[in-house]
Amino acid sequence: MAIVKFTANLKRFYPDLQPTQVKGETVSDVVDEIEAMHKGIKDYIVDESGELRKHVNIFIGNELIKDRKALTDRASGNDEIYIMQALSGG
Amino acid sequence: MAAKNTLLLGTRKGLVVYKKNGQSKWTYDRTHFLGIPVTIATIDTHTGTWWALLDHGHWGCKIHRSSDGQTWEEIEAPKYADGDEVKDGVPAVTKLLWAFASAGADKPGEILIGTEPGGLFRSKDNGDSFELVRSIWDHPSRKEQWFGGGRDHPAIHSINVDPRDSNHFYIGISCAGVFETTDGGATWEPRSKGLNADFLPDPSSEIGQDPHLVVMSQVDPDVMWQQNHCGIYKTTNGGKLWQDVGQKEGPANFGFAVAVHEEDPDVAWVVPGISDVVRVAVDQSLCVCRTDDGGESWKDFRSGLPQNDSFDIVFRHALDITGDTLAFGTTTGNLYLSDNLGENWGLMSANLPMVHSVEFV
Repeated sequence: MAIVKFTANLKRFYPDLQPTQVKGETVSDVVDEIEAMHKGIKDYIVDESGELRKHVNIFIGNELIKDRKALTDRASGNDEIYIMQALSGG
Repeated sequence: MAAKNTLLLGTRKGLVVYKKNGQSKWTYDRTHFLGIPVTIATIDTHTGTWWALLDHGHWGCKIHRSSDGQTWEEIEAPKYADGDEVKDGVPAVTKLLWAFASAGADKPGEILIGTEPGGLFRSKDNGDSFELVRSIWDHPSRKEQWFGGGRDHPAIHSINVDPRDSNHFYIGISCAGVFETTDGGATWEPRSKGLNADFLPDPSSEIGQDPHLVVMSQVDPDVMWQQNHCGIYKTTNGGKLWQDVGQKEGPANFGFAVAVHEEDPDVAWVVPGISDVVRVAVDQSLCVCRTDDGGESWKDFRSGLPQNDSFDIVFRHALDITGDTLAFGTTTGNLYLSDNLGENWGLMSANLPMVHSVEFV
């Protein structure tokens, strides 16, 4: 099972977030799985069309996912998936 | 009318609360949602519910509500459905929550929210769920003739409910114009006759106008004022015809905000700026203009406001009035207050973030 890790900034809104093991094969599946554990968090990561929000990045290992629209990138057993925010603000 | 002793500021770094103390002095109280942009902050007087519309830089638009102004609950923000499109091939997603209104005294818990990209949402359960008002979303003009003004997509920034009849209300859209419904949102008619958009091939087109803000007199709701991209307009017949009442050569012309006196529909205020690419106070001298005669003439008031070195612009929701007191917040984080109908001003703070909205509650 892959493991998902989260930017600390999401803990402001979901204080119980911890690195989480997931079964999903695609990033989209993984986001749905996380949503089932933390209601509403999907809306922080993707918009209602399912597209990754502009200032959010998801890595599988060291690689940025390629499909920001449908999140079809696949994760396998030992992958680490990072849900990050882009380096923007101010 | 009940005294309004709280001032809510939606700012780029949170919801800032000021309160009027026993000595009638306004003082800073607290900040909610520190660091998070707040586009609108208000209290629905029909339910007592506090509302904060948030625009996270990273995490999308959110709505929070509170029964006491102390503790907040996040609720699911309005969403577009699969298949909803801004234009053919462009999926509609909520980009900004830009207008909030109670649906009327006889409909407690019913609220309306205007969004970019142009959808009006209604909740009949005080925000537990929202439904897109399909009738205006499906208006035949929308896909072909609405467009973004200052934002990527069209956006609803004004909602005015007639206090005589809650099924009668108006919305203002940049850029589309003013639309009226008389049947609770089932059908809509454009109400932009008389407006003049110098950026359109047909400046008098009823669709494609850019009202920056539309406000309604609460004592004579047939009178509405709008600060438009191309001047200041007033209607005295419920939007059937708008009349240009701006100063062609004076400062009262371009701007975003407008406020109307609570008891006299002929008295209104604007805070002028320079259009288009400069966007600072006119002559870098900040002033507030007031008309006492329905727009026949304007006076500009400058006492207490910076002259010659001002970069301030006042966003459309950042000017409000209660009684003889007005307040406005600016893009450069200044907050000014007047206790004599805008004739003299005092600086309340010069250290705020960019101010999006100002509301007495």
